[in-house]
Amino acid sequence: MSDPANFTPIAERPAPGRTGGIIAWVRVNLASDWTNLFMTLVLLALFGWGGWHFFLWAVPNAVFRPDADACQAARGIGACWGVVAEKHRLIVFGRYPYEQQWRPLVATLLLISLVLLSCVRAFWRRWLIAAWVVGFIAFIVLMRGGWLGLPKVGTDQWGGLPLTILLVTASLAMAFPLAIVVALGRRSPMPAIRTVCVTYVELVRGVPLISVLFMASFMFPLFLPPGTNPDVLVRVIAGITLFAAAYMAEVIRGGLQAVPSGQFEAASTLGLGYWKTQRLIVMPQALATVLPGLMNNFIAILKDTSLVTIVSLYELTGALGLALNGDPNWRPFKIEGYLFIMLIYFVFCFSMSRYSLWVEARLNRSKAH
Amino acid sequence: MVTNTLANMRARGIQSGFDFLLQTAGFDIGESAIPFASTDPYWKAFLVGLLNTLRVAILGIVLTTILGVLLGVGRFSRNALVRGICYGYVELFRNIPILIQLLMWYILMVEVLPDPQEPLQLWHLFYLSKGGLAVPMLTGAGWDIPRPGTFAVEGGWVLSPEFLTVLLGLTLYTAAFVAEVVRAGIASVGQGQVEAAESIGLSRGLILRLVVLPQALRVIIPPMTNQYLNLTKNSSLAVAVGYPDVVSIANTALNQTGRAVECIIVIMAVYLTTSLATSLVMNIYNRRVAIQER
Repeated sequence: MSDPANFTPIAERPAPGRTGGIIAWVRVNLASDWTNLFMTLVLLALFGWGGWHFFLWAVPNAVFRPDADACQAARGIGACWGVVAEKHRLIVFGRYPYEQQWRPLVATLLLISLVLLSCVRAFWRRWLIAAWVVGFIAFIVLMRGGWLGLPKVGTDQWGGLPLTILLVTASLAMAFPLAIVVALGRRSPMPAIRTVCVTYVELVRGVPLISVLFMASFMFPLFLPPGTNPDVLVRVIAGITLFAAAYMAEVIRGGLQAVPSGQFEAASTLGLGYWKTQRLIVMPQALATVLPGLMNNFIAILKDTSLVTIVSLYELTGALGLALNGDPNWRPFKIEGYLFIMLIYFVFCFSMSRYSLWVEARLNRSKAH
Repeated sequence: MVTNTLANMRARGIQSGFDFLLQTAGFDIGESAIPFASTDPYWKAFLVGLLNTLRVAILGIVLTTILGVLLGVGRFSRNALVRGICYGYVELFRNIPILIQLLMWYILMVEVLPDPQEPLQLWHLFYLSKGGLAVPMLTGAGWDIPRPGTFAVEGGWVLSPEFLTVLLGLTLYTAAFVAEVVRAGIASVGQGQVEAAESIGLSRGLILRLVVLPQALRVIIPPMTNQYLNLTKNSSLAVAVGYPDVVSIANTALNQTGRAVECIIVIMAVYLTTSLATSLVMNIYNRRVAIQER
């Protein structure tokens, strides 16, 4: 038997290698073998050099005051953020009269808050639809004026961010019911309805948005009774609505195909008619399935509103062109202006895509795994 | 609607019919693949526009496939920096409208590049300046190599800044979407396939080529077709940077002749035929790479 008083323990074994912590992460992800390490060093060198020079251009050497001469002196060395400081109201609000610009500001904030409200599931009640209707009317009243003592501002002077938000929300709000009808029509057993829906969707999806906008600008006035002359804004919204509805109809059709046929059969045994079945049973399931796809469409439409510049509606991109093209002092600094509106678009689109991922995760929680 | 249209057109004195295609165009086109003069008829102008669109679309599709596949595969790299760069690229280029990207590239081409008198050169074969990119061209009499001249680079095949802008902008924008499509396709191949391939000793490159990509292609090809169609349709934005594609020429023709309906029908016909042709080719490819399931 061993003697407790003379107990000598064996040598300690070294501790096992750490698999957590930053050193281990670097070893696995950045330097696992020689090619990995080489790639890491090359990329660090490349992005370090590029990033450092971009930082130098954008922050220390940059001119932040709205001073055209200082900006000219710093050309090539530093960014001219002064162009943003000087022109941001023109870029964001377009040609809206200067003293009245509180009106588009309030109107835009109103619509954006309505959108944010609609993102939260707790608020999906009937009064939300009423709130949207009131919100749109308030937007039009604020922007156009002519009532309640506000001076009238014609739609040709609306521009910038309020116009972008109006185009997106109005087109999507009207395209959504149209898309549902077209998706249902495409699955209809009646051949006339089905042919019309199929032709509409395939025709609109096969052509670029620009040709739809050209059609809306040049051809819509021909289709209406002689004498009516719809506003260019109304025509463009109609064009974008038709365009968006075709793409959304395809996405919704995919969702409709995913609803099991047993649901339809059960609904008919309960005695529910066609429209009641759609409203109470089919559409909630179909829309929940394709919500990420629909959000993709929304983001795409938000980006596509920049195209209305080509039919002379000066939303955010067009307002930048207006602000800088006519001013020889600030025209050389278009790059900084473009970076500014790129940031605005990026913030909007990135938040929408993050929200879409969050919604998808929430929906997947309820599915059985 | 038809009576309205006819009444409106009569009231505005708009003639209809496609006979304007035989009239003299009266405008010059900046760049064209076939010889074109302002005395040529409108239908030839539309043909030049169509060739310009096809030129940028086909080249764009090839380049965007290469770049998109590299980015999509890079998302699965062992190197965290490569993964991060691919993710950052996709998020950056997807969330900014294509029109703004095109305008931004045009400004960079026109303002940041050096004057044609002192172009950037690579191996004395390629010259890049505000006047465009000059590359050696193979003619009947041998290679035509560009040389710097007094006012511009002479010789060679010159790709105009407008063409480069549209090509670069479309390629980089669509590559972000193609990268996501490829990533979804590769992720759809089960992890078990990769583990089984590793267990028989295949290297990562061989695994990708022999095991993952053939199965991923089934999932990749339909959305990829969509992205090719999107690239072709987005080439219509060339009108914003002055590249004479079919929409730009139809716009000029529309403004000159007032035949709105006919010109728009031409634009729509061009894009519908290109879309159908691309879908047809991709469907044939799809059927060829479909794995025969037992």
